[in-house]
Amino acid sequence: MVQGSNMAECHPVGFQWVMAAKARGATLIHVDPRLTRTGALADLHVPLRAGTDIALLGGLINYVLCNGLEFREYVVAYTNAATIIGEQFRDTEDLDGLFSGWQDDKAGYATDSWQYEGTSVASSAGKRERGTRARHDGQGRSHERQATGRGHEHGSHGAALSDLSNIRRDETLRHPRCVFQLLKRHYSRYTPEMVARVCGIPVDVFLQLARMVTDNSTRDRTTAWAYAVGWTQHTVGVQYIRAASVLQLLLGNIGRPGGGILALRGHASIQGSTDIPTLYDLLPGYLPMPHPDAHGSLDEYVADDSADTGYWGNMRAYTVSLLKAYWGEAATADNDYCFDYLPRITGDHSTYQTVKAQLDGSCKGYFLNGENPAVGSANAKAQRLGMANLDWLVVRDFALIESATWWRDGPEVESGELRPETVGTEVFFLPAAAHTEKDGSFTNTQRMLQWHHAAVDPPGDARSDLWFWFHLGRRIRAKLAGSTAERDRPILDLTWDYPTSGEHAEPSAEAVLREINGRAADGTCLSSYQQLTDDGATACGCWIYCGAYADGVNQAARRKPHTEQNWVAPEWGWAWPANRRLLYNRASADPEGRPWSERKAYVWWDEGKGRWTGHDVPDFQPTKRPDHRPPPGARREDALSGIDPFIMQADGKGWLYVPAGLSDGPVPTHYEPQESPVPNLLYGQQHNPARQTSRRTVDPYQPSGDEPGSGVFPYALTTYRLTEHHTAGGMSRWLPYLSELQPEMFCEVSPELAREAGLEHLGWATVVTAREAIEARVLVTDRMVPVRVHDRIVHQVGVPYHWGGNGLTTGDSANELTHLSLDPNVHIQETKALSCDVRPGRRPRGADRIALVEEYRRRAGITAETGTAPRTAASPGGTA
Amino acid sequence: MSDGLLEQPTGRQRMGFFTDTSICIGCKACEVACKEWNQVPDDGLSLLGMSYDNTGMLGADTWRHVAFIEQDRPLGRQNNSVTVMPTGPSGTASTAAVVAAGLGDKHGSMLGTQTGRVHPGPQPHATPDGHVSPGGRTELRWLMASDVCKHCTHAACLDVCPTGSLIRTEFGTVVVQEDICNGCGYCVPACPYGVIDRRERDGRVWKCTLCYDRMTDGQEPACAKACPTDSIQFGPLDELRERAARRVEQLHGVGMPEARLYGADPDDGVGGTGAFFLLLDEPEVYGFPPDPVVTTRDLPRMWRHAALAAAGVAATVLAAFVTGARR
Repeated sequence: MVQGSNMAECHPVGFQWVMAAKARGATLIHVDPRLTRTGALADLHVPLRAGTDIALLGGLINYVLCNGLEFREYVVAYTNAATIIGEQFRDTEDLDGLFSGWQDDKAGYATDSWQYEGTSVASSAGKRERGTRARHDGQGRSHERQATGRGHEHGSHGAALSDLSNIRRDETLRHPRCVFQLLKRHYSRYTPEMVARVCGIPVDVFLQLARMVTDNSTRDRTTAWAYAVGWTQHTVGVQYIRAASVLQLLLGNIGRPGGGILALRGHASIQGSTDIPTLYDLLPGYLPMPHPDAHGSLDEYVADDSADTGYWGNMRAYTVSLLKAYWGEAATADNDYCFDYLPRITGDHSTYQTVKAQLDGSCKGYFLNGENPAVGSANAKAQRLGMANLDWLVVRDFALIESATWWRDGPEVESGELRPETVGTEVFFLPAAAHTEKDGSFTNTQRMLQWHHAAVDPPGDARSDLWFWFHLGRRIRAKLAGSTAERDRPILDLTWDYPTSGEHAEPSAEAVLREINGRAADGTCLSSYQQLTDDGATACGCWIYCGAYADGVNQAARRKPHTEQNWVAPEWGWAWPANRRLLYNRASADPEGRPWSERKAYVWWDEGKGRWTGHDVPDFQPTKRPDHRPPPGARREDALSGIDPFIMQADGKGWLYVPAGLSDGPVPTHYEPQESPVPNLLYGQQHNPARQTSRRTVDPYQPSGDEPGSGVFPYALTTYRLTEHHTAGGMSRWLPYLSELQPEMFCEVSPELAREAGLEHLGWATVVTAREAIEARVLVTDRMVPVRVHDRIVHQVGVPYHWGGNGLTTGDSANELTHLSLDPNVHIQETKALSCDVRPGRRPRGADRIALVEEYRRRAGITAETGTAPRTAASPGGTA
Repeated sequence: MSDGLLEQPTGRQRMGFFTDTSICIGCKACEVACKEWNQVPDDGLSLLGMSYDNTGMLGADTWRHVAFIEQDRPLGRQNNSVTVMPTGPSGTASTAAVVAAGLGDKHGSMLGTQTGRVHPGPQPHATPDGHVSPGGRTELRWLMASDVCKHCTHAACLDVCPTGSLIRTEFGTVVVQEDICNGCGYCVPACPYGVIDRRERDGRVWKCTLCYDRMTDGQEPACAKACPTDSIQFGPLDELRERAARRVEQLHGVGMPEARLYGADPDDGVGGTGAFFLLLDEPEVYGFPPDPVVTTRDLPRMWRHAALAAAGVAATVLAAFVTGARR
C-alpha cells in the first residue's frame, strides 16, 4: 500500500524494491487523488479526495472490526486492545466530533479523562512549550497537563505510566470500556457508504481494496504501508499515521517482516536530522529539551521525563553520556555534568512560529542551510515578509535561490509591497558544497546510516556544512577566549577539537561519527547503548547511534553485497538501534516465542540456547523468556513481560489508543482540512479543533463546507513534487539537464474541470486562494478524475511546488497559495489539501495581482476570524 | 562503402539493450545519466504537453528519450477506478490535437531536431468493450518507455556513410567517430527510426554509442547503470533475447496478452536490433515504425540495375566506335 506518497516519483531509487517485490508476486496498491507514475505501475489505483485519508483508513478499521478480521491472538497479546479506559472518557460518538477534556478557554484538550483506568499517565507535553510551570503533586508528577505539546515530545517512546500493576485488562475484549470495544464504537460510522460519501471512493472499489488488504494480512502474509508528506502535511497529520498504526496493529502487521508503516522521508537524511535533530524541541536521540522552570537539575529533568518502565527508564545514562560528549572533562558529577549549560525551551520555536516571530520583530537573525522558504514553505509571502524584517540573513546554498534575492526581485518587489532600498535585512550568501563533495552519512527511511565519500572537491568558495559550522564555532570561541563571563562557559567548555585536513582545514566527518558513537572511559569505541552509564564514565553523542563506530570501524561504510550475506543484509551500512533492521521484531513470533508461520519467521525464542535468535538482531532482552512475568515493582525494561514487544512503551504494548502524548485525541478521527469545499459529513465538528491558526492579515483563511462564501473557492487543491525536480528547486532548477525535463510550472486538471472552468491544454490558468494568485500552464489529463462527494462533484487541481523566480526554469510558486494553519502535535503545515478557484488566462501583474486576490476575499466575505474558530459553532461538544 | 551487415567481431559477444517498458517508471534517469556521461548538451526548455514528455524525440542532443503515453484502456488487470468515477468524455484526443497543432508551429522549432516525425504523444485507443463509464471515460493506463538508437543488424546509416565515420564496433554496436564525421548528413534520412541527427551548431551527427568508452572498461552504459527498476537491461544480445522471451511469457501469464517484443526478431526488416524493447501496444503508439526496413535494402538491386544500364551505355558507345571505325 502506498498512500500519502508518490513513491515512484519522489523515491524512485527505493521504488526499485517495490518493483522487485511486484515481480515476485506482490500486489501494489496506490491511493492518491491523481494517477501518478506510482499509480501507473500499481495493480489498483484508488483516487480519493485530498485530505480524507483518515476517513478511508477508519473505513478499513471498521471493515476489519465488523468482519472479525483482526489478528486476534496478536491483538490480545501485543496491543492495548484489552486495556480498560477510565469512566470519565467520552468519545467523538458522544460529543459530535470532540473528545472529553475540551477546554474552550485554552483551545485544547486536558487529557486526564483519556487515561487507563487505575493508572495515571504523565504526559509532559505542552506545558514546557508554553513556558508555564508544571504543577507537581505529591508523587512528583503533574496530572493536570495540557495536551498542546508536540508529538516529538516522546520521540521513540510513549508517555510514562505510573503504576503498571494497576492496569486492568479484559482479554476477552468484551468489556464496554476496553480499547477494542471503544474502537468498534468510534469507527462504527466509518461504513463503506460513508467512505464513498466523504472520500469519493465508490463502495465497490473500497470493498475491493479492503479485501486485498485483509486477505494479505494473516499469519502467512503481511502488508506494508508506505507514506510520505502526503499524510503528514495536514492539520490532522499526526493522526493520519496513527490511523495507519491502529489498522496495522489490528492486522498484526507491525514488527513482522514485510509489514510496518514506512515513513518515506522527504529527502536524503531527513531521518538523520530528526535523530540528531535540527528540530528546536529535541536533543539527540529524542531526549526532550529541558524546561526552564521545572528542570533546574538533571535529577528533576530525568524524573519528569523518564519512564519508570520500559527502555526509556535509562534516560539518565543517555543524558549524562550526551553531556559528556558535549563538554568532556568539564562535565563532572559535581556540576551535574554541565546540565546547566543546556539551552532551555521557552516556547514553540518551530519553523512557522519563527516566521511569526520575524513578522513580530522578535527574531532578528536567520540561517538558511539548504532551505528555500521563499519557495518551499507554506505561505511564501509570509516567509519573505518575515525575512524582510530581519537584521541579518545567512543563506548557504548552491546558487542564488529566491530566499537570497527576494529583496531585489521577489513578487513583493513587483507588486510594490517591498522596495529594495528600504529593506533593512543584510543578506549573506555563502556557497555550499554538494553531497558528492563531502564525506558524511545519510540516515534514511529505514534508520540506516550509509556513508558517502567525497568524490570531488567543492568548487571555488563552496564549503561543506561541517566546515562552516566547525569554523564558525572555532571563530566564536576565539573571540570569547579569556572571557570569565559565566554565560560564555558553555561555548568555551565545548569539546570542539575535530581533526582537520587539506588546504581549507576540512574537519573529519568520521571523527564526528566517532563522537556520536560514543567512547568508554579508556577512549575505546562503545558498541551498544546498553554500555552507557549515568556516572560520567561514558560519552555518547546520540545514544541510539551507539555502535555505528563499534570496534573503531565506520560501520556505516560497510557495503557487502546482498548476495554475500543473509536476506536481512546486516552488513550493509548500519541501522539504529544496535544494527537492528526491523523494530519491535519480538512481535514476529507468537506469545510462546514461535514464528507465526514458517514463511514469516524472523526472530524467535530458542529454548535450547535459552535466548532469542533469528535473522535479525532481536529487539528484546536476549534471555527474557516468553513466559516471563515481571515481579511487582520491577522497573525499566525489567517491568515488561515476555510478551511485551513494544519495549519503548511503558506497558510494552502497541497503542491502539493513546492515553497521553497527543494534542488532538486518543483515537484518529476524520476532520476536514482547514479549507475544504465540503462540510464534515461524519461529525458536526468541521476541523481538527486543536489545530493551530495564525490570525494574521498575511495569512487569511477561506470559508469551508457550507459556510457562506465557500463557493468562491470551489475546487480542492493539492501540492506535490515531480521526479525531475528537487523540493524548492535549489538542486534542480539551475541544472539544464533537469530543467529541460520539466521546463515550466504547470497545473494538472481533469478534462471535466477544463470544460467547466474553460481551461485549454497548454494554455494558461490562474489559481487563486485567499493568500495569492499564481499562474501556471495547463495540463489537461485523464489522470485527474473528479470525485463524487456527498451531494456534489468535487474537482481537484494539482500543482507542483518546485518553481520560483530564479534559475533556468522559472514560474510562480505553489506555496504562494498555501496557508499557515498547522497540525497541533508537530506544527506541520497543511499543503496537501486546501481549496481554490481556477480561471483561464494569466494572472494580473504588479499591484493588480493584489487587487484580484482582494476581490476574491471580498466576495467570500473573509475576515480575520474566518476559519479560525477551534470548535464548530453548531457542535454541542466540549462540555465534558 | 562499408558493409552494413554485421560481422561478429572476433572473441566478443554482440552487446545490446533490452528495454522492458512494462517496468519503466518514467523517472528519466536514463536521459540525465546519458547526457552527464556523454556530455551531450541540453536540448532546450520547452513544455510540449505530451503528458510528462518534454523531450519529444531522439536527436543529436537526446540519445535517450522517455515517452509518456496516456491511453484510454486498462493495463492488464490494473484497476484505476476511472469507470466508476463521475467522469465525462476523455481528454486524450483533444490534448493530442493541441500538441499536434503546436508541433507544427511554435513547438516544432524548439525540439532541436531537423529530421524525423514527432509523434504527438497520447493516441486514443479503440475502446475495449465493457470499459465505458456512464459519462464516457474509459479505464486509463499510462505507458512509459525509454527509446534509444537501435544499433541495427543491418544499419543503413553505416551503409551510406561516405567517410567511414560510422563503424561497427567489436561489441556489434554502431558508433559515429566524431573526429571523422564531415557532416554530410547522408546517414540522417537513411535511419528508418529517425534516430541519427545533425547538431546544428556543430554540423556533425551524434547518437547513442552504447557508451563505447564505458564498455571498453567493462562498465555497463550509463543509462542502464542509472535505471532504478532495471527497465533498461544491458548484456550479451542472445542472453537478453532469451530473458525477454521469458518476460513476455510471464506477462502473458498474468493477464497482459498485449505484451510483445519489438526489434528482437532477426528476420525483420533491419535484421533485428541491438537495442530491442518489450512493448504493451503497437509500436506506433510509442512512436516506433511498425515495420522498419533498412533503407539501403534495395541498394544492391539498384546497383545491379545501374550497372546493367551502364554496361548497356558502354556497349552502345563501344558499338558506335566499332561501327564508326568500320566506316
